[in-house]
Amino acid sequence: MSQDHTLMGFVHRRRRGAELFLLLLALAVGIGAYAAVGLGMEGTIPADIVGYGGWLTALIVVAHVAVRIFAPYADPVLLPVVAALNGLGLAVIHRLDLDNTAQCVDNDTFARQQLIWMTLGVVLFVATLGLLRDHRLLQRLTYTTGLAAIVLLLLPMVPIIGNTVNGAKIWISVGPFSFQPGEVAKVLLVIAFAGYLVLHRDALALAGRRVLFIDLPRGRDLGPILGMWAVSMFILVFQRDLGSSLLFFGIFLIMLYVATERPGWLVVGTALFAAGAFAGWQAFGHVQNRVNIWLDPMAYYDQSPGSGQLVEGLFGMGWGGLIGRGFGEGAPCRIPYAESDFIVPAIGEELGLTAVLAVILCYGLIVERALRIALISRDGFGKLMAVGLGSIFALQVFVVVGGVTGLIPLTGLTTPFLSYGGSSLVANWVVIALLLRISDQARRPAPRLSEADSDTGSDSESTQVVKLK
Amino acid sequence: MSELTLFLIRFAYLAILWIFVLSAISVIRSDMFGARVPETARGGAAPARGKSKAKSPSRRRGSPTHLIVVEGDNTGARAELEDAPLLIGRGSDAAIRLDDDYVSTRHARVAASGDEWFVEDLGSTNGTYVGSVRITQPTTIGLGIQVRIGKTILELRK
Repeated sequence: MSQDHTLMGFVHRRRRGAELFLLLLALAVGIGAYAAVGLGMEGTIPADIVGYGGWLTALIVVAHVAVRIFAPYADPVLLPVVAALNGLGLAVIHRLDLDNTAQCVDNDTFARQQLIWMTLGVVLFVATLGLLRDHRLLQRLTYTTGLAAIVLLLLPMVPIIGNTVNGAKIWISVGPFSFQPGEVAKVLLVIAFAGYLVLHRDALALAGRRVLFIDLPRGRDLGPILGMWAVSMFILVFQRDLGSSLLFFGIFLIMLYVATERPGWLVVGTALFAAGAFAGWQAFGHVQNRVNIWLDPMAYYDQSPGSGQLVEGLFGMGWGGLIGRGFGEGAPCRIPYAESDFIVPAIGEELGLTAVLAVILCYGLIVERALRIALISRDGFGKLMAVGLGSIFALQVFVVVGGVTGLIPLTGLTTPFLSYGGSSLVANWVVIALLLRISDQARRPAPRLSEADSDTGSDSESTQVVKLK
Repeated sequence: MSELTLFLIRFAYLAILWIFVLSAISVIRSDMFGARVPETARGGAAPARGKSKAKSPSRRRGSPTHLIVVEGDNTGARAELEDAPLLIGRGSDAAIRLDDDYVSTRHARVAASGDEWFVEDLGSTNGTYVGSVRITQPTTIGLGIQVRIGKTILELRK
């Protein structure tokens, strides 16, 4: 009886009231930002704030009610944090739409489109929670999801529907709609990895020999990691997408490490990726370009495939300082693609370091909750899936924020929930739904099924012990 | 719009942002230790529910109706879930009696809680496995999920 009290000595409460309270604050963050944008840009609170605020409130209430019905024990913090980030992102995109200075040449309806994508994201969030009542059902689809992910990753290479935007072949367009299949593929890959590793972790964890305090894996167990390495190198070479390549390989490596508890895999994986990245740097001009800009951004400011975007972002953040210029007082439009890859510098310029720290802390909270879900989850598949889904956010935010602040070479990835981009937003809402589903299962109190266990010890002598091997 | 007003708006907004972040952290803090339930309260409540013969989940289409042995010496042995909770073991009081040397007298129990079915190990020598994982606490099982007990495999069926 003592075994289920080591970690579960307490019972998790439902905490739906706490979630509602946090959601109200999150709405204040979202709608407050919209009002502040109106005041800063036009001098008045925008006329459509009732419609906009009402729509946002409706979406949040629908998501909250869905959680109450379908996942009553789910984590209370994830949904509010996501709602706040999404609301802030919408307001910043709206602010960039309103800007009609000379540098701003982008479409004026990005915020409206983003709101439509958010609606679709919430619909899929509710559908995921409603249809998937037990995350372990996904374990049966291990190889199906793996195959689907590979197909999705290959889709942009197909001649007619594939689409090259800014040098990266990661888009497909069907009619008027364009879509990044990689965003869906990352979720499917996490499910596939979790299903695969839960079955094969023993072989990957136990065999091997010890070299200098580190257990190195056997040669014949290198198959999966080499396969995944090949996939990520393929993305690097043929789709010219550094960010996704790093993201996919990173997720796999983290999950492999968590499943096997062996640092040896990290050594092997890092060595493989470093070798691949070095080869890429040798072979491709665009990679060399990125590295040169990273080493000395100012030197390439005026050149054509230069560092203008990065340097304008750095200028913006520097000008913003500790508490920012205020909405409407900065010039974030000087940064090309401020609404997608460079939304963090746009926030840093107008709201300052204070807000950027809050945003990064919000991502930290999402990752912390994901790891917490993994800790308390009762089944290995759920644990691995939660770790994988959490590491999606961790890696993506590290790559993007590290890139725009000059910590690592810049690579294109979206900032989850903040950036303009439909595929990313919708996929991330589904990721949150999956995390809530696992956490609902994990936090639901274990039922007390046995009335009395007084006589269970007596038969132990007469029972033989199974030899597993 | 004066400088000062804009400054106050900016400051108020940053305050809202941080109030949100700090409230989220305080919810996490209060969540970290959960609601401690006194052992006496738990011990007192459990037998009461046990005696009322744990009402089985509402019969819906697609919900399991019986537990069946799919592999091992007793293949085909079954028990209706209406009689839940079901005891599995070598003992004569078990709902499914298994002639398996690796099974304890009172090995495991299958019972319902709410809409779901759970299997619980009763401190057996060789353990109860759901899939490939040895369970340490009541674990939900669904249709077709295999429960291994000794050399025997059981499954919920419709």
